[in-house]
Amino acid sequence: MQTNLPVTLTELELRSFRRLAGIMVPASAEFHVPGADDAAIFDDIVRSLGRDGLAVRQALAALDELCNGSFCDLNAGQAEAAAMTLLARSEPMITALGRAVLQCYYRDDRVFRALGREARPPFPLGHELEQGDWSLLDAQCGRPRMWRDLDGYGG
Amino acid sequence: MAAEANASRPTDEMVDVLIIGSGASGAAVAWSLAETRMRIHCLEQGDWVKPTDYPTNGRDWEARRFSDADIRPNRRGLPADYPVNDDNSLMKVANYNAVGGATVHYTAHFPRMHPSDFKVKTLDGVADDWPIDYWALEPYFTENDRVMGVAGLAGDPSYPPHAPTMPPVPLGKTGTRYAQATNKLGWHWWPSEVAVNTVEYDGRAACINLGNCTPGCAQGAKASVDVTYWPEAIRAGVELRTNCRVREILTNAEGMASGVIYYDPDGVERFQPAEVVILAANGVGTPRLLLNSASARFPDGLANSSGLVGRNLMLHPWPVVTGYVDDEMDGDRGPQTVMWGKEFYETDRTRGFVRGYTLQYARGTGPVNEAVSSMAAGRLPWGRNHHRTYRTLYHRRLQIGVACEDLPEAHNRVTLDPLLQDSHGIPAPKIDYTISENTKAMMEHGIARATEILEAAGAKDISASRTVLNYPGHLLGTARMGTDPGRSVVNEWGRSHDVKNLFIVDGSIWVTSGGVNPTSTIQALALYIANQMKQRLANLFD
Repeated sequence: MQTNLPVTLTELELRSFRRLAGIMVPASAEFHVPGADDAAIFDDIVRSLGRDGLAVRQALAALDELCNGSFCDLNAGQAEAAAMTLLARSEPMITALGRAVLQCYYRDDRVFRALGREARPPFPLGHELEQGDWSLLDAQCGRPRMWRDLDGYGG
Repeated sequence: MAAEANASRPTDEMVDVLIIGSGASGAAVAWSLAETRMRIHCLEQGDWVKPTDYPTNGRDWEARRFSDADIRPNRRGLPADYPVNDDNSLMKVANYNAVGGATVHYTAHFPRMHPSDFKVKTLDGVADDWPIDYWALEPYFTENDRVMGVAGLAGDPSYPPHAPTMPPVPLGKTGTRYAQATNKLGWHWWPSEVAVNTVEYDGRAACINLGNCTPGCAQGAKASVDVTYWPEAIRAGVELRTNCRVREILTNAEGMASGVIYYDPDGVERFQPAEVVILAANGVGTPRLLLNSASARFPDGLANSSGLVGRNLMLHPWPVVTGYVDDEMDGDRGPQTVMWGKEFYETDRTRGFVRGYTLQYARGTGPVNEAVSSMAAGRLPWGRNHHRTYRTLYHRRLQIGVACEDLPEAHNRVTLDPLLQDSHGIPAPKIDYTISENTKAMMEHGIARATEILEAAGAKDISASRTVLNYPGHLLGTARMGTDPGRSVVNEWGRSHDVKNLFIVDGSIWVTSGGVNPTSTIQALALYIANQMKQRLANLFD
């Protein structure tokens, strides 16, 4: 069972989280995308924590524990090493942390456009879907009956 | 223990038929019985959901599948939901509590059970035969297909002849790649039957490939029963009351069901008397309600003289094998299910297990789900290589599900949790479930075959998930049907052996599970039972 209680992160937790998010998904000039620590994206992440709030808080606490202090006080190299150590753990709180970041990052308009996708919801315009090659079904037509019943045929 | 019917609580007017639950089976039975002109009411613990509230209307359409549109009630935690203690099960319970039930939150894959699925004891020497067969249900499959609207293609050699009502969903780039690979191996495939409009049908619009079918179709092209059966049933006089949660079924001195105690939308406890009670609350909700209806006369729960209420829970273990190709595929542009493969559906003992599975070929997924699932699977790294790797995954996914038949085992069961309760203080269900050795062997066989297909399709980075994020099981078998009252809960037409005016029409009454999605067969069975009731109205309780 899990609890769905909403959580409000403290200022210190928010600073750690933003730094961590920027390491998880960094900005890239090569791919023309912001990082997950971008102000608009991070605001969305925090606003949307919802059911994952408690797990994210636990993950941030585990990160501080790894650092023997505050993650925010580490230099860049130390911070990246600590973050990667945390993220390598297979625990539900790490899955939740990843989900919290990715579900907002991959709906940002800039990220969408960088993927070659229109920045809009699916409805009402929908998408085009080609029919594909139906001639491939010819190989299946005329196969003998495969289903079984009490009459002993098939199978 | 059971409350008294005459206690000081508001009592509604007597109805002829009271249906509990408005999902796949409740809607179908209501629609069918409506022609009798009996006074029929349905109590639904959830509410209507407006199509404008479905996720694909907003930019957070994928994120909502992890929150209020999740298929797991424990994750959603909405007011209409009840908690389920499924800690003792690798597979988690999926349901949806609203008008339309889980048909609002399903992918609309619409295969029928196969003829052999009903006769597993006779054909394969395992579990039990159903007391009815495919041919008894065949007219109701056809009727259900007509009301729901089913896209597909006649001529599939893995099924007895039948004709879907609409053309199949497009193969697209993804289906074409699958078809080439499967033909290369010489194995069976056929376009899936899906309850999605490929053309305008019965006043409902055609699919526009929103691509996120499961948590509700904003276009209305997916056949959920809130847009198929219910409008017709309501026009025919059935009264559907929402936000009404049933606590227990009461019985009278003769041991007949006298009605139910429920909480109305204001939380007021009321008594609804009824001549006939029909349970349509799914394979977890139905045993929960029967067990919560224990009384001095029925100390082990209502309709439970066999001791089988809650037992034989079947959840359909469903491994998913994923791989990636170099070319861009359909991704999340189109209905998720493309085609099915039945090469390994029927028993072949040389494989090391009995019964079989469907290979379910799926299209891809959206940007968020690709990232989240690939992160969880260890495919997508954090940090510097994140973006480069992501671009080798996004819209390049092939994904085959292995829909395994889950045979009944008495120790897989639903009981009442001693502590957990819903928001009305009603004891919540507890699930104990393990995957059998036969099923594990079937899963591994299916994973190996799906891997071969993906390799033939040129996919790389192939991996299998045995219990997959957001792929919980179907809810079947917990009040099974049969002719022997000592070995079943309801008879061959859905009536309780113990309580002659109590019927069950949902997936609880399944004897075995087949290796297919259950909705089509659940609804055909509900229509069959409704017809049996109509034929026996003069002596329904004899």
